[in-house]
Amino acid sequence: MPDRMAKANVTLPEQPSEIGKTVGNIRSANPYIVAENVNVYYGDNHAIRNVSLEIGTKEVIALIGPSGCGKSTFLRCLNRMNDSIESARVTGHITLAGTDICSKELDPVALRARVGIVFQKPNPFPKSIYDNVAYGPRIHGLAANRAELDNIVHTSLERAGLLKEVIDRLDEPGTGLSGGQQQRLCIARTIAVDPEVILMDEPCSALDPIATARIEDLMYELAEDYSIVIVTHSMQQAARVSQRVAYFHLGSLVEVDETNKIFTNPRHRLTEDYITGRIG
Amino acid sequence: MSESTRKKVSAGLARRRRKERVFRMTGLLATTVGIVFLVVFFVDLIGKGSSAFRQTFVNLEVNFDAAIVAPDGSVDLQYADFDALARNALRGLFPEVSGRGPLRELNQLLSVGAGYQLRDMLVENPDLLGMTQSVWLPASSNVDMLQKGNIDASIDASLRTISDAQLAWIDALQRTGRLELHWNRAFFTNGDSREPELAGIRGALVGSFYMLLVTLVLALPIGVAAAIYLEEFAPRNRWSDLIEVNINNLAAVPSIVFGLLGLAVFINWAALPRSAPLVGGLVLSLLTLPVIIIASRAAIKAVPPSIRNAALGLGASRMQVVFHHVMPLSLPGMLTGAIIGMSRALGESAPLLMIGMVAFIVDVPAGLSDPATALPVQIYLWADSPERAFAERTSAAIMVLLGFLMLMNLVAVVLRKRMEQKW
Repeated sequence: MPDRMAKANVTLPEQPSEIGKTVGNIRSANPYIVAENVNVYYGDNHAIRNVSLEIGTKEVIALIGPSGCGKSTFLRCLNRMNDSIESARVTGHITLAGTDICSKELDPVALRARVGIVFQKPNPFPKSIYDNVAYGPRIHGLAANRAELDNIVHTSLERAGLLKEVIDRLDEPGTGLSGGQQQRLCIARTIAVDPEVILMDEPCSALDPIATARIEDLMYELAEDYSIVIVTHSMQQAARVSQRVAYFHLGSLVEVDETNKIFTNPRHRLTEDYITGRIG
Repeated sequence: MSESTRKKVSAGLARRRRKERVFRMTGLLATTVGIVFLVVFFVDLIGKGSSAFRQTFVNLEVNFDAAIVAPDGSVDLQYADFDALARNALRGLFPEVSGRGPLRELNQLLSVGAGYQLRDMLVENPDLLGMTQSVWLPASSNVDMLQKGNIDASIDASLRTISDAQLAWIDALQRTGRLELHWNRAFFTNGDSREPELAGIRGALVGSFYMLLVTLVLALPIGVAAAIYLEEFAPRNRWSDLIEVNINNLAAVPSIVFGLLGLAVFINWAALPRSAPLVGGLVLSLLTLPVIIIASRAAIKAVPPSIRNAALGLGASRMQVVFHHVMPLSLPGMLTGAIIGMSRALGESAPLLMIGMVAFIVDVPAGLSDPATALPVQIYLWADSPERAFAERTSAAIMVLLGFLMLMNLVAVVLRKRMEQKW
């Protein structure tokens, strides 16, 4: 837990309180995704305002902020899920390991194989557990034969910490699992494609504390191989799992810094207000 | 809660309960009225129509006299006088009848179908030539109506279609056990006929079947494809709104308008044959398409967006999302819509009148371009016929049509239950 004593800063007169310029450090030592001046419009609604952020290699970065602040929208820019919203328009530059992912030539299908996403509500397909995990490898043609596919499915379930619980019932529907198991199934399904980055959009908000703890443990392990961007409403969760935290407010990126700095010594008044529970 | 608040609440309670009771009684009344009408309809229909499934037959000792049917040694199936065989057999039972008039009256007891039946027997078994055999031959529709109690024998002879002499013969036949009601096979194996006792629904059934086949083959794939395109791929703009409004309007267009369209486009312009199930099926496809599109779009809309997002997030293309996830989940709804549209098509008569399927057609159609009629049109034709015996056939044909409609709706329900997936 962050040290709440750091609240002494609250009254410091030089603390900035305007929105528009990001405070802290948007740079990463070893960036994997670089977003520059990203703006997102839903029709006339300017949902993301001029956000620049670097996401490090094998780093867990948490996006926090009050509801409607644009953190999920920003997350969805990173694998072009906004493409499926007709009124959405994205400007700016986002590169993934040097590749421009906003360009018209880039096929979002190829991008999404590299940048997986786990949603807020567990959404397994109404198919068997096996088919849920095997779906990604199948559509991308990752397995040459049944044995390889079996291997991918088993490894992915193992890495998602689900294999032991479902090994005897791989052909039963994935929708029959508990909420926490379903979410881990969705994570297994995502890593089965062997992505480089995993986006998580409030992955634990529909889960009980025990299932949440399991997913967080899982994130530690996954962080050894993947860059993880997690949107969360739980400050404790952000503090537990992330190395860096980005605070969004009304579509702007207000402050980015290392997790302990944000929670112990926030530099922006809005960040301060949010993490101390005065807004949000 | 304070005393005064509690009083206010309890004062209103009686009024609320009364309102609820009135509402419930109104609902009950409406349901009862509906059910009563349905019961009356079915009782009336079955009461009038069920007698058509049985038919009066006369038992005769028929001598397949070679001198009559094969005067020159071989049987001429086209011109041989098979009717004479039946007439002679009947005359053998009443040897006292003589003179042209009385003999003609006696012959009128038999259906003109009697001769055809004897011919068919001889074709099937040529050894019968020269032999005598006991045969049940169809009686004329007047005899049949008398047997079923639809002709009142007590009224003045000039007011009924059966003469006193005929009554006496019928009485004699009945006393000797030669007049019986049998299962009316002809109703299901024959096409239409001017003689009610020979008229059947086979032609109309086959015509309806061919039309529905054309409708299914055309309307289902086109409708589902249109629904998928409009729901999943088409951009949302003024054009798609316009299309949506027009599809909804088309579903409400009177069916006869589709008949006029079919007449103008398929028959006058494309020169397709009149009265053909092909054209009927095309017209019914147009009629059914909006229903299928609307039902399919509703089924596609009901697929949770989380499933689409999951597949998109894994890198599935839009096509793969549709065919791997959306289609399987919405198929039960699509099929239900299709079957409901098809059962509406099965019951349509108005558009078929415009494209010539109302013609009197005796033959059972053998293909899509043969002249044919359809069940509802057959019902319309029979309901229009003056002969008393067509009344019960009209009801019987309605029973068959309703039977098929119920069967199709049952299939829709079963399909939906079977294929429904939970998530």
